[in-house]
Amino acid sequence: MDTTRSLLPRPYRVEQSRQETYDTWTLELDPVDGGDGFSFEPGQFNMVYEFGVGEVPISISGDPAEPERLVHTIRAVGAVTKALCHMKKPDELTIRGPYGTHWPVEDAAGHDVVIVTGGLGLPPLRPAIYHLLANREQYGRIVLLYGARTPQDIVYTAELKRWRARFDIDVETTVDAAKPGWHGNVGVVTTLIPRAFFDSAHAKAFICGPEIMTRFTLQELQKRGVGTENIFVSLERNMKCGIGLCGHCQLGAVFVCKDGPVFRYDQVQPFLTKREI
Amino acid sequence: MKFIAGCATNVRFKAEEFLYREGDEANNFFVLREGKVAIEAFSPKRGAITIQTLTAGDVLGWSWLFPPYHTHFGARAIEPTRVLCLDGKCLRNKCEEDHDLGYELMKRFSEVMIQRLQATRLQLLDIYGENG
Repeated sequence: MDTTRSLLPRPYRVEQSRQETYDTWTLELDPVDGGDGFSFEPGQFNMVYEFGVGEVPISISGDPAEPERLVHTIRAVGAVTKALCHMKKPDELTIRGPYGTHWPVEDAAGHDVVIVTGGLGLPPLRPAIYHLLANREQYGRIVLLYGARTPQDIVYTAELKRWRARFDIDVETTVDAAKPGWHGNVGVVTTLIPRAFFDSAHAKAFICGPEIMTRFTLQELQKRGVGTENIFVSLERNMKCGIGLCGHCQLGAVFVCKDGPVFRYDQVQPFLTKREI
Repeated sequence: MKFIAGCATNVRFKAEEFLYREGDEANNFFVLREGKVAIEAFSPKRGAITIQTLTAGDVLGWSWLFPPYHTHFGARAIEPTRVLCLDGKCLRNKCEEDHDLGYELMKRFSEVMIQRLQATRLQLLDIYGENG
């Protein structure tokens, strides 16, 4: 990684803002200088800065094969993310990145791929899904299991529908709570794992979601016989610098921003259940 | 297994049809073969609240195991559903006579109950919320 280049914030302009749910927006951004596209690997993140408000780490959620437009899906939870979610065309912000490790989509070639995600864990996985579908012939079964709080909290609804209609990817969504009229699944996302069709011995699993969900998902995948060396998790910690200098995101011996956010499970297994870290 | 299979009948439910309603006498349990079933509670203000959905391969109903043998929730087919319906009352009596069978059955049902309890606990945590 060219550290100097990736530390230099680059101005971007909001080209489109789309509301996904009541608290989540997707921003499509173009470079103000009109320069090169933004190359990244699925699973990487950027530090996104709104002038005078602050900077936050946000996963890239666009298609890696279309680097000319940068896409971020953001949930309004704090001062900075709320400000970002209110941005409209042609507001400007700055981006530095991309940072971090990525989903091992190349290593997964020849395997079944099981994606388990919940809440706002889907956006960091969407670039990987784009890659898998663009190179569909390289993979075995592809399974996407997605959990949300309610049907109203489901992001990328149109895209999920399109993926489901392809028939070469199994897409199952579930919600924790639903009002009458919902005909989909109700229950936590982990309940979908025993029902999913994939070859456990030859599967790579990508997990992204709240850490509690991740821990229970790991248990279910291991019950199915997926080896720890084939499970990859994306973790989230308080990231500030993005390059492993400030230490805010330290998790045991690793820095989530530099050594992660995507880890092979056995690299972080001892830390996931330690309250002290 | 032979005995249990002898207690089973194939039953079909149309979408929106109830397998059983809350408070019904619990004489049966079901193994889902196809379709989807919602386990639900009814609230006069909120209507039917789905707690969980079950699909092919899932076991439904354990109220037949414990007194007072009445269902605690309703079970409604969301889509056309095929089930194996097992005579719990008959099986219960058989388990009283044959404790090996009773222990084996209890072990298997305990596993299902624990899985459901853990999933429900996780559901209660609201893990996808802001503080998830």
